[in-house]
Amino acid sequence: MSEPAARSNGDAPLLTVDGLKVSFATEDGVVRAVDGVSFTVDPGEVVAIVGESGSGKSVTAMTLMGLTRGPNARFEGTATFDGIELVGASNAQLQRIRGPGIAMVFQDPMSSLDPVYRVGAQIVEQIRAHENVSKAQAMDRAVEMMERVGIPRAKQRLRSYPHEFSGGMRQRVMIAMALSCSPKLLLADEPTTALDVTIQAQILQEMRDLRQQTGAGVILVTHDLGVVADIADRVIVMYSGRVVEQGTLDDIFYNPQHPYTWGLLGSIPRIDDNRAEKLPAIPGLPPSVLRAPKGCHFRPRCPHAFDKCVEVPELERRQPDVPTSRDRCWLSVPDKKRLRVVGERIGLETTETVGA
Amino acid sequence: MIRFIVRRIVAAFFVMIAVTIITFLLLAATGNQAARLAGKNATQQQIHQIAAQYGLDKPIYVQYVKTMKNIFTGKAYSYTQNINVLQEVKHDYPATLSLAFGAGIIWLGLSVLFGTLAAVYAGRTTDRVLTILSMAGVSFPPFFLGAIFLYFLGYKLGWFPLGGYVGLSDPWQWFKHLVLPWITLSILFIGFYSRVLRSTILDNTNEDYVRTAHAKGLTDGQVLRRHTLRNSMIPIISLWGLDMGQLLGGAAILTDSVFNLQGVGQLAATAIANLDVITIMVIVILTAFAVVLLSAIVDILYAVLDPRIRLA
Repeated sequence: MSEPAARSNGDAPLLTVDGLKVSFATEDGVVRAVDGVSFTVDPGEVVAIVGESGSGKSVTAMTLMGLTRGPNARFEGTATFDGIELVGASNAQLQRIRGPGIAMVFQDPMSSLDPVYRVGAQIVEQIRAHENVSKAQAMDRAVEMMERVGIPRAKQRLRSYPHEFSGGMRQRVMIAMALSCSPKLLLADEPTTALDVTIQAQILQEMRDLRQQTGAGVILVTHDLGVVADIADRVIVMYSGRVVEQGTLDDIFYNPQHPYTWGLLGSIPRIDDNRAEKLPAIPGLPPSVLRAPKGCHFRPRCPHAFDKCVEVPELERRQPDVPTSRDRCWLSVPDKKRLRVVGERIGLETTETVGA
Repeated sequence: MIRFIVRRIVAAFFVMIAVTIITFLLLAATGNQAARLAGKNATQQQIHQIAAQYGLDKPIYVQYVKTMKNIFTGKAYSYTQNINVLQEVKHDYPATLSLAFGAGIIWLGLSVLFGTLAAVYAGRTTDRVLTILSMAGVSFPPFFLGAIFLYFLGYKLGWFPLGGYVGLSDPWQWFKHLVLPWITLSILFIGFYSRVLRSTILDNTNEDYVRTAHAKGLTDGQVLRRHTLRNSMIPIISLWGLDMGQLLGGAAILTDSVFNLQGVGQLAATAIANLDVITIMVIVILTAFAVVLLSAIVDILYAVLDPRIRLA
């Protein structure tokens, strides 16, 4: 993105991703998992990346950590964190950043901890990988971290194995581990997807508290808009490897610009909705990343697509009076306003067509 | 942990009893032993006499108890040669023990080395060379490889003795006599074990916890040693336990015979050739015991390696 996103403060952003592209060579062809993604994250800010499975949101997050590197992966663009360019960083540089610079909490707490080590040892390993402290000191820190994320009887639980924890407790261990080196940026890849709703709320509360206490930036990768509404400051909507819309939380929820975002918002089941119909869904499937459609990737599923949509729209500011909003849709701003509301809700369900 | 071990040992005890019963029934089912012992032209009376002499005319459960009592009190005599089988096994056992443990350590160590190298360099030259070597190793039968070693390294070059076993009282000779058997037996296992380890490591490389380990900022070497390899050793250890159990029971019949180590394997080969029922039975039971014992030890080791097992 050539035009920098408007920010509330004048400080340099913690992370600046510019034109990031990630592709993987597979037997079936080249998969363009991330196709030109740009965004920034400020210290203390929670940026949510939302999208369906396969939209490239997880790959974006993992690429920042260098976890998608491999013989078949190709990268373009830059991601600058704290003055260091991550995409081209050496392995040794990345190893120093992982932990104290950027830490990550993964989606599945059931399999993300090593089954053969006690959880305390795994947190201690994280601390001692970056700091020259004794085992006893690291242990004390591990207890402190576990208490902080709400694990009761942390001193005893330190000696438990991952299989002796519930999913929610394991995810707390993951968060304790990720935070043990006081990272400046936390990547949370669907941190609550595998958990019960009640546990989800608790984990989100922990993350909110921790952001307040440490002032770290957070990138939250999720497909759960409920979680986003709960915690995010800014939202990036990804579809098929591209950012289709981004803006503040209010921009996205109250003034969404891209038909895909309308579909996402329209797919949230509403408790005040007494229609006993089936759950609203966006028709069709996300395009294959191997054979993405020409132009706007959402075109085949978009009821409002017209001639112009075979050209790729740029991600740019399209509403003169909303400086924080960016989107990739050719529809005019008044058309968007008119089309997105169906009945009393925002959604895609319509048969209306728009003239060129 | 203690409860786990006790439970495991009790289970092993019952398995051993079951093995003795099955072995006994199988051998009893091989035919009329009294008639076989009496020879081709024996009269009916002679056969009865022999049956009475060895207690073969008694009900089968009486025979079982008596045989077991003899075996476990050290009074099991071979029907074909009048020798005490247990004395014989005891005499041959140091050679078997030396062969099995020496080879076991060599093949375990080298398999871990080669398997890890092949996994780390998967798809590259190192991996390809190791793949070919593994296949070759698995394909060479010990009697062929052993003969080649004996001919070139023993006979032609004179570096090693031409077979036989020397007790540990002379450690240097003991070692020299065992080097070739160890290598011969190890080669058979290294190929297989390193292939298994290679594929287990490659599977584990894609596990979430390995990704977590990378995300913690560990070096590639630390991730491999502490996480990938540690988890990948679990199946290797259980394989090793079962194979060691067999070898300790005298299953290295070919290596034992080629190098004339006069271990339990060679004893088994002779006993089978002579249809020496009691000797065969003692060796089968010994093998079963060794396998059960080793797998109990492996289960305990396993629980040390993988804490999840302790629940089971």
